[in-house]
Amino acid sequence: MFANLDFDVIRRALPYLFFEGMTFTLTLTALAALGGLVFGTALALMRLSGFKILGRVAGVYVDFMRSLPLVLVIFWFYFLVPYIGQWVTGASRPISVGAFASSLITFIMFEAAYFSEIMRAGIQSISRGQPAAASALGLTYAQTMRYVVLPQAFRNMLPVLITQTIVLFQDTSLVYVLSITDFLGAASKVAQRDGRLVEMYLFAAVVYFTISCIASFGVRRLQARIAIIR
Amino acid sequence: MIEISHVNKWYSPSFQVLTDCTTSVTKGEVVVVCGPSGSGKSTLIKCVNALEPFQSGDISVDGTKVNDPKTDLPKLRSRVGMVFQHFELFPHLKIIDNLCLAQQKVLDRSRDKAMAKGMQLLERVGLKEQAQKYPANLSGGQQQRVAIARALAMDPIVMLFDEPTSALDPEMVSEVLDVMVDLAHEGMTMMVVTHEMGFARKVANRVIFMDRGEIVEDAAKEDFFGKPRSDRAQKFLSKILSH
Repeated sequence: MFANLDFDVIRRALPYLFFEGMTFTLTLTALAALGGLVFGTALALMRLSGFKILGRVAGVYVDFMRSLPLVLVIFWFYFLVPYIGQWVTGASRPISVGAFASSLITFIMFEAAYFSEIMRAGIQSISRGQPAAASALGLTYAQTMRYVVLPQAFRNMLPVLITQTIVLFQDTSLVYVLSITDFLGAASKVAQRDGRLVEMYLFAAVVYFTISCIASFGVRRLQARIAIIR
Repeated sequence: MIEISHVNKWYSPSFQVLTDCTTSVTKGEVVVVCGPSGSGKSTLIKCVNALEPFQSGDISVDGTKVNDPKTDLPKLRSRVGMVFQHFELFPHLKIIDNLCLAQQKVLDRSRDKAMAKGMQLLERVGLKEQAQKYPANLSGGQQQRVAIARALAMDPIVMLFDEPTSALDPEMVSEVLDVMVDLAHEGMTMMVVTHEMGFARKVANRVIFMDRGEIVEDAAKEDFFGKPRSDRAQKFLSKILSH
């Protein structure tokens, strides 16, 4: 079976795979992680705010997002957003949303649900004396969160946040349902064009594995360092 | 300076934490609050800067009512320094930044001005060399001295101490008390929850004895240590002074 494999197809496709595919994958991962963290932190603050309605809204949102398969969300979101946009703006035709924008918004919304639970745990891990000390100095609630609680919560949770981002990095490959050329999409296109399925999918697996592995290793070292600081 | 009148606090009708507490602290006075654990001393002192809410009664600081919903609490708190049992330094900030944060964000001081003030106070508590370190690298006594400096950086009109030496190893208690004694001698208005009777004897003007949420005794230092009027205060004193 391996006798007639042609690994040179990989070498020839490298520029396309990395400049087109991997660039897209990494951009989507980075932006989705950033957006998911900001949106997720807001959700976590809503849940911990003490305002029952805000907390309930955030809670329902998180549970809803976590109960759906990601592929389905990507798929539905891509086809629904133009119509929702039309309805919101009152336009005469469905508004056009590019595949990149659509997938980015989907990932931000989806990841926010997971990041919010991580940040919530992080905020709850801070002892109550910290916000008390901050308020005693005259800091407002917002300042207490921004300068005292969130930086500590973020730092304590950094390993978990990065681990979640590694999962996100792998999950971005699901954009294939929108025929987007991410790294896996690019590999898949070459594979089908040249009829080299085994080589290309094998190579894609190795690349995802290597990047995720290195990142996980980095997380472990980071964890050790944070443990020392505390 | 601090007026506490008829303050009641309860968590449920059957769980009263503070019962009809009335006392006051005048400008320049040092008042020590003592009593057995669970007697409500810490709760009372936390009511003064509204870190703990209470159900009835009034507390005012420098004429501003603490329990008035219209009071600008952050502004009021910025003028009332507080030192906690467990220091509560911000572990993610360097010592100097612990001192600068509220100066810059609450009092709108420039970075340079806040730094100068911070370094001056660190020098005063003998920790100038530690400015660039993180709280975790300091001993408990050093951390508590930084916490006092952090509160002083806001130029408070009154200082509240909530068992400042209870979490310290015995050999570090005196370095913190020394700073507090200096502060008292400089005329700072202080309300101090502590079991350190030596400190009370040295600098207190008045001693308040609390038990089960009530102020049982509120007397000048000489009278309190000389002959406390209530049985409960006598028993308490004989227990903690017998060793």
